[in-house]
Amino acid sequence: MRYLPHTTQDISIMLHELGFEGIEDLFAGIPHSLMLQRDLHLPGPMSEPELNRHLENLEKANPAASCISFLGAGAYSHAVPAAVDAIVSRSEFSTAYTPYQPEVSQGTLQSIFEFQTVTAGLLGMDVANASMYDGASAAAEAVLMAKRVRRNITRIVLSAGLLPEVGRTIETYVSALDLEIIEAPLSGEGILDLGALSAALDKDTALVVQTPNFLGCIEDMRSLAGLAGEKNAFFISFTAEPYSLAVLEPPGSFGVDVATAEGQAFGNPVSFGGPYLGLFATSKKYVRRMPGRLVGLTRDGAGKQGFVLTLATREQHIRRARATSNICSNEGLCALASLVHLCCLGPEGLARAARISRANAEYLKAGIAEIPGFSIPYKASTFNEFVVETPVPANDLVQESTRHGILPGVPLNRLKNGNENRLLICTSELHTRQDLDNLIRVLKQRGA
Amino acid sequence: MAKVPGTKGLNLDESLIFERSRKGRTGFSLPVEDQDLREISTSHVPAPLERKDGLDFLPSVSEVDVVRHFTRLSSWNYGVDSGMYPLGSCTMKYNPKISEAAARRPGFANLHPLAPESLSQGALQLMYELQQFLAEIGGFAAVTLQPAAGAHGELTGIKMVRAFHLDVHGRPRKKVIIPDTAHGTNPASSALNGYEVVEISSGDDGVLHAEQVREAMDEEVAALMLTNPNTLGLFEEHIAEIAGIVHEKGGLLYCDGANMNALLGKARPGDMGVDVLQFNLHKTFSTPHGGGGPGSGPVGVGKVLEPYLPVPVVTHKGDRYHLDNDRPKSVGKMRSFFGNFGVMVRAYTYLLEMGPAGLTRAAELAVLNANYVKSRLEKYYHLPYKKICMHECVLSDKMQKANGVKTIDIAKRLIDLGFHPPTIYFPLVVDGAMMIEPTETESLESLESFVSAMKQIAKEAKTDPGIVKSAPHNTRLSRLDETLAARNPVLTWSKHD
Repeated sequence: MRYLPHTTQDISIMLHELGFEGIEDLFAGIPHSLMLQRDLHLPGPMSEPELNRHLENLEKANPAASCISFLGAGAYSHAVPAAVDAIVSRSEFSTAYTPYQPEVSQGTLQSIFEFQTVTAGLLGMDVANASMYDGASAAAEAVLMAKRVRRNITRIVLSAGLLPEVGRTIETYVSALDLEIIEAPLSGEGILDLGALSAALDKDTALVVQTPNFLGCIEDMRSLAGLAGEKNAFFISFTAEPYSLAVLEPPGSFGVDVATAEGQAFGNPVSFGGPYLGLFATSKKYVRRMPGRLVGLTRDGAGKQGFVLTLATREQHIRRARATSNICSNEGLCALASLVHLCCLGPEGLARAARISRANAEYLKAGIAEIPGFSIPYKASTFNEFVVETPVPANDLVQESTRHGILPGVPLNRLKNGNENRLLICTSELHTRQDLDNLIRVLKQRGA
Repeated sequence: MAKVPGTKGLNLDESLIFERSRKGRTGFSLPVEDQDLREISTSHVPAPLERKDGLDFLPSVSEVDVVRHFTRLSSWNYGVDSGMYPLGSCTMKYNPKISEAAARRPGFANLHPLAPESLSQGALQLMYELQQFLAEIGGFAAVTLQPAAGAHGELTGIKMVRAFHLDVHGRPRKKVIIPDTAHGTNPASSALNGYEVVEISSGDDGVLHAEQVREAMDEEVAALMLTNPNTLGLFEEHIAEIAGIVHEKGGLLYCDGANMNALLGKARPGDMGVDVLQFNLHKTFSTPHGGGGPGSGPVGVGKVLEPYLPVPVVTHKGDRYHLDNDRPKSVGKMRSFFGNFGVMVRAYTYLLEMGPAGLTRAAELAVLNANYVKSRLEKYYHLPYKKICMHECVLSDKMQKANGVKTIDIAKRLIDLGFHPPTIYFPLVVDGAMMIEPTETESLESLESFVSAMKQIAKEAKTDPGIVKSAPHNTRLSRLDETLAARNPVLTWSKHD
């Protein structure tokens, strides 16, 4: 076994040192009645060639991975420079633990400090942590933090435009707290209904809003900020598609208390749902109430600049039951991938990729709207994702399009029960004009 | 004495990436914008919502800059691939390269979580089988793969416990009992679920005794949370009796599975009366820690908790795999989608390569290595619990303190000699603890080299304590000032700093 270096001779030397006859003697501390008296019923062992063949067969059973995809809804494909994987594959990064010993972890620590800087910048906030498990859990942790910061909060108002998975995660996280959860409805335009929202908000509420929302529509953050401010509600934002931050004013400029986002689209593959990373940022005044790891600047004995984990007194290993969160491992390597990705893109690259993603969506929107039987139900502005009303169940369209090697979008009723004739379509800079025209052609075949 | 690997070497300095930035430099290669479409892309954002800062917080750098910057940073890190990393309770074993290649296969990496199930059967099969493998290893009825890390698994497990009590007893109950040797995540996970934490102490022999549990146990206790083997590296030998006491009062037994590496194929928590346990795929099943994640913390449960698993669960009917969301008693969702799939692929690959005999051998050699290190060092360092240990052993600085040398100094001196330090000052029940977990992937030579380093430090503590107290000497930076960092936190870079 290639990962077990012990020779028979090594084992006898070691047992001799210990004064034991056999390895079984080392398990004498386990009562005999609790020992497993049989082999585990597991397959293997497999050699590397056998294993590769088996993995290839599993891959072949995932033909969706090689389709031209217009799927988004919380997981986004963008162009990732090869340099990203080259860096995160360096095992000095990938095989290290959480940087508890700063003198042998400066690589991880400095990169997290840079990640915090970039994340805070993107979201327009003062400080960001070293990442959360994913966007949904980051949003849920923001709600827990709201309750810590303001004990008086009794009600959580969730926008109906939140990705249903995010809303469900928040509900699960807060289930042990005595909080009322209500949903603020969307208007026919596809964005929050300000009148209904206004009635739901007061100083005892925390509001969670997603923009662009899960229908792809860009919320009127200015009015929402005005409402939240006027009612003195705790204001939390969530961004599912972080490329939108390249063209939209960041949540920080609308005075949110906490800004959260799903960071996957920056440098991490969609990978059937994970690993992703949650972005979490807030203002300076709340820094000691934040969940998660933080890296701070310091000096060594000779006065040289270096980095350490800091403000650990918030965390579970020090504060135990009174910690701000129980999070320990976060998504370190995914955060590194995001950082490397964003450094490669720079301000110009990120903006260009975002503009192309958006332009492709507008091109498709215009093209599809002209197909008889299809229409665009929501009038609000969108970024790279939008809903189409389809003449047949969206799921049937998906089944048909896959025969042409195209995944045309996510049927809306897969995300939330409801109208089965709606399809959520997403574009990026990976799509060529030909891809867009092909999708239009395939949908045209089903036009009334 | 075996040689130690530590030495001095050329180490390149590197500023922050932002300081490399030069206007006009780029590191991307993207399609040129279609001019017909460009108009569209700028005209539709409502003007007050348009971003105006020019994204100036991002550096403008070439790909060469980026790659050199991060390559230099990487050289300041110590990983398992650099050498022995005996960080107790973290199971820093070697991470197979085939697992890395497996997770990067395009058929996995490019698969969207909302692709039709019929076109994602390979991924669903992998998840289904991994659920089955973990259930068999732990002795459980069912497994959820959703949690993203060990602590996330704990949170999920205790949430299921809460849902069970609400459902069966009509109320969640109020308390969770946790021994003083527990990881800090245990009390935090319980508190986040609204439970009051009752701490009980383990006996003088380092394990929990039935009497202590009986005394603390009543019908307000939702669960007892223990770690087995515990953080002293000792098997909780009274676990079956303890499970009986907890169950008698209607409570559930939670086991923190961080230390499962000692038990693979030897004993199963489910057979000991454990109702719920989180696995740490990034420990026991050899997926890399990534400098702090991504991990994966699947939770195994007995029959009583199965209805409360988070959604979805992967099921198998006929020849199809399916995501089952129709589970009315489910606690809900702990995150988006199905969990850290890329980490699951790595653990699955590892399990198949090892096979049942290989896994059992891994546990045996992990225990052999820990006992060997303990035996070789007990003359030089205080050993608070003189028993056979499981996968890790705990020493302390009691003998070195006389010369003013503390655990932190020993840890930093180990860095000079080429090793990652053990977990220090944990568990809290041992003053100045050093928790050493060599794992099964270290050879006899590597253990001997570590022993040499530890012996050298024990000697230096007597003859030249100053060199230990001022360590590390061979690293690029000397000891860092953590108080300074916390007093006036600087958490982001800005041009004016």
